[in-house]
Amino acid sequence: MEGLTLSDAEQKYYSDLFSYCDSESTKKVAAHGRVLELFRAAQLPSDVVHQIMELCGATRLGYFGRSQFYIALKLVAVAQSGFPLRVESINTVKDLPLPRFVASKNEQESRHAASYSSDSENQGSYSGVIPPPPGRGQVKKGSTSHDTVQPRTSADQQEPVSPVVSPQQSPPTSPHTWRKHSRHPSGGNSERPLAGPGPFWSPFGEAQSGSSAGDAVWSGHSPPPPQENWVSFADTPPTSTLLTMHPASVQDQTTVRTVASATTANEIRRQSSSYDDPWKITDEQRQYYVNQFKTIQPDLNGFIPGSAAKEFFTKSKLPILELSHIWELSDFDKDGALTLDEFCAAFHLVVARKNGYDLPEKLPESLMPKLIDLEDSADVGDQPGEVGYSGSPAEAPPSKSPSMPSLNQTWPELNQSSEQWETFSERSSSSQTLTQFDSNIAPADPDTAIVHPVPIRMTPSKIHMQEMELKRTGSDHTNPTSPLLVKTSDLSEETKINSSVKFASGNTVDGYSSSDSFTSDPEQIGNNVTRQRSHSGMSPDNTAPPPPPPRPQPSHSRSSSLDMNRTFSVTTDLCVHTGQQQAGVVAQPPAVPPRPQPSQAPGPVVHRPVDADGLITHTSTSPQQIPEQPNFADFSQFEVFAASNVNEEQDDEAEKHAEVLPVEKASDPASSLRVAKTDSKIEEKTAASAPANVSKGTTPLAPPPKPVRRRLKSEDELRPEVDEHTQKTGVLAAVLASQPSIPRSVGKDKKAIQASIRRNKETNTVLARLNSELQQQLKDVLEERISLEVQLEQLRPFSHL
Amino acid sequence: MGWILVASAAVILFLQNYPLYIRSVPTENELKFHYMVHTSLDVVDEKISAMGKALVDQRELYLGLLYPTEDYKVYGYVTNSKVKFVMVVDSSNTALRDNEIRSMFRKLHNSYTDVMCNPFYNPGDRIQSRAFDGMVTSMMIQVC
Repeated sequence: MEGLTLSDAEQKYYSDLFSYCDSESTKKVAAHGRVLELFRAAQLPSDVVHQIMELCGATRLGYFGRSQFYIALKLVAVAQSGFPLRVESINTVKDLPLPRFVASKNEQESRHAASYSSDSENQGSYSGVIPPPPGRGQVKKGSTSHDTVQPRTSADQQEPVSPVVSPQQSPPTSPHTWRKHSRHPSGGNSERPLAGPGPFWSPFGEAQSGSSAGDAVWSGHSPPPPQENWVSFADTPPTSTLLTMHPASVQDQTTVRTVASATTANEIRRQSSSYDDPWKITDEQRQYYVNQFKTIQPDLNGFIPGSAAKEFFTKSKLPILELSHIWELSDFDKDGALTLDEFCAAFHLVVARKNGYDLPEKLPESLMPKLIDLEDSADVGDQPGEVGYSGSPAEAPPSKSPSMPSLNQTWPELNQSSEQWETFSERSSSSQTLTQFDSNIAPADPDTAIVHPVPIRMTPSKIHMQEMELKRTGSDHTNPTSPLLVKTSDLSEETKINSSVKFASGNTVDGYSSSDSFTSDPEQIGNNVTRQRSHSGMSPDNTAPPPPPPRPQPSHSRSSSLDMNRTFSVTTDLCVHTGQQQAGVVAQPPAVPPRPQPSQAPGPVVHRPVDADGLITHTSTSPQQIPEQPNFADFSQFEVFAASNVNEEQDDEAEKHAEVLPVEKASDPASSLRVAKTDSKIEEKTAASAPANVSKGTTPLAPPPKPVRRRLKSEDELRPEVDEHTQKTGVLAAVLASQPSIPRSVGKDKKAIQASIRRNKETNTVLARLNSELQQQLKDVLEERISLEVQLEQLRPFSHL
Repeated sequence: MGWILVASAAVILFLQNYPLYIRSVPTENELKFHYMVHTSLDVVDEKISAMGKALVDQRELYLGLLYPTEDYKVYGYVTNSKVKFVMVVDSSNTALRDNEIRSMFRKLHNSYTDVMCNPFYNPGDRIQSRAFDGMVTSMMIQVC
């Protein structure tokens, strides 16, 4: 208004203050906000403050321009000096001391009168206003880490001490003080002459008593020795720590958590926490935050949903962008909700921002959500809290993501790199990945899960089970006792493991085992061939249900098959020993029906085909009928025998065959056949020789069960050559072999029955398929055999020569 | 549907075919990248529609190389909410493998979800999250 004459010191002081208040650098200071705090800090009665504001014209203008501000300050000084407030006082009163602003709370603290001019740095005079007591956190923003806060905080002060502690320095506290005061009054005094910071701060006001509301960030003043009142406003200006950005980076800014709690804060002296963390939350502040949290979410262990938090923080009138950033910083686990710790951190950041501190790029360590753990969700705060705050995160706050601890640990250096967040993101991403994974329902599960031994026949006939069993069976070839033995190493087909985990119930295994064991057996039996076939075997039969539970009828056949299995196994053993299955197989083939015999002689090749066909037919029928008609077994035996013979030839001619064939007749043709067919395909030979051999009747047909086995064997023999064969034989073998193991079905009958039914059906289809394939192969082989025989015939005359 | 385009150059995130976020490393070609992205939008739409309605669940989020040109390659990624991410990289950047592109998209997606979790973010706004920016910057630095 009227010309204001200011001394140099005043000028400087005022300009500093103005700069401080003018957070937005708009050359205008809103009536509320810092100015209000400042005036409150002047410890003048509110009406005086009103009067001052009116006088300076702010009320009229609605804001404080620089001149108004200066006038106001002058008036404050006037008022503080006890002079009546009059416009003319401004210039009339001479030698006014600089206005002193102190936190109202800190009455106790001494106010320093200004050693303003003298003390440019800090000012002891800060009478602690600001932060209430207990160690307000000294938020020392000053640390270089908070570059963003620089402008204001760049006070050169080194404020080591927590603001609260009066002895400390309260560096720029004055600004804080201001703020606090402004808030404070609004809250504590419930007289809000000025709207104050608006509704946002009203809660502060309310809660004030004891809770820390605002925080004033103090730019660190270089800690002057006297640290008592860090609030002393008067000192501040000179130091202008707040206002001027001193290049000195060290600035400790302590956030003052204000208000009402200031008084209480006084007591709590954080002495030095020496933890110059500008972002530390003082106890009062925390208390206030917690109270606020309670107003939104009574359960301290609960969450504040994003929408509620949004409303709450919107009241602070910060720009949405900043609120968004604050949210990003404080929502540590990125769950869209705030826990108590997150909320306190967010609140703290909001307060800091309102006080002019720029938001950090990364969440300061002291604000890490883990803090809540220390408090155990109770407003324990206090000294321990202090420790807690300063300490490294005890642990991730409840329900925080596991990545927190790792992140927390890295906080200390405040070098949160994006990688840290990245880690977190990765975690999230992992979760995302997980979801994707889940949705895909990795098909490999069954495979991978199979590694364990198959339990007793499980009722569930899930495909999973099936596959498991399939795999298992496949793996266990060598175990003669039961082709169905589940091999743990399904996956490792190569490993012919004899873990021989028995299928709990052969039934269950039927489906798979049939396919698997079928495939696997032959291979194993034949040669220690890695079962690749298991793969192929599995494919068709993967979905095959486990073999049906033993049924009365099948049981018979199964029992017979038991024998068969035994013999089979025996033969297998023999085969193994000899290196070929044929030996064993051949040794026990059931008596060959007379019919095939005519075809023994290589001569009547014609018969062979017929026989072969007959055999084929028999063979085709045998699989299904085996269980019921041992007679067929003969045929199958025949077939098998022949096949085995042929196989033998191919594998290792002389010995096995000799051993195997009890009948020389058989051996002769077999050998001849062998010789003749040495170069032909093994399969064909097998097929051709088998019938031939069988026809010779040399095949010492083993008891009925054997035929089945033999057939299996033959199939086994064939298998090595053909994957299909293997599959079929495996299936067959599995099916047959599984029969004996029925006994287990005792338990879980109902489900077992259903499962077994299903398995049986599948087995049937598999077997049917197998039959058709085998028949086809047989035909092919026979044809070739015929051709070979023809050649032989043609050559014979020459051989005689 | 948003678009995000990242290129050894540009990142553009589009929602409903208008950009939510654009960032390019060599910033001068941004307009060119805009053009590229818009053309690739068609390819993305095509891929999305090809999936069929019933297959939404199984639809792969990562669309892979949308189309290569002599100068650059365009990779696409679409979220289940039809937010499209498009990444344009220089063809000269042969070191980039498919897995890396996938991981980059995954990171982008995660960051995008983080942004969405922010109650102060209104869907459809330009993304101004600093965390998101930081992530994209670090990612592009790796690429370039």
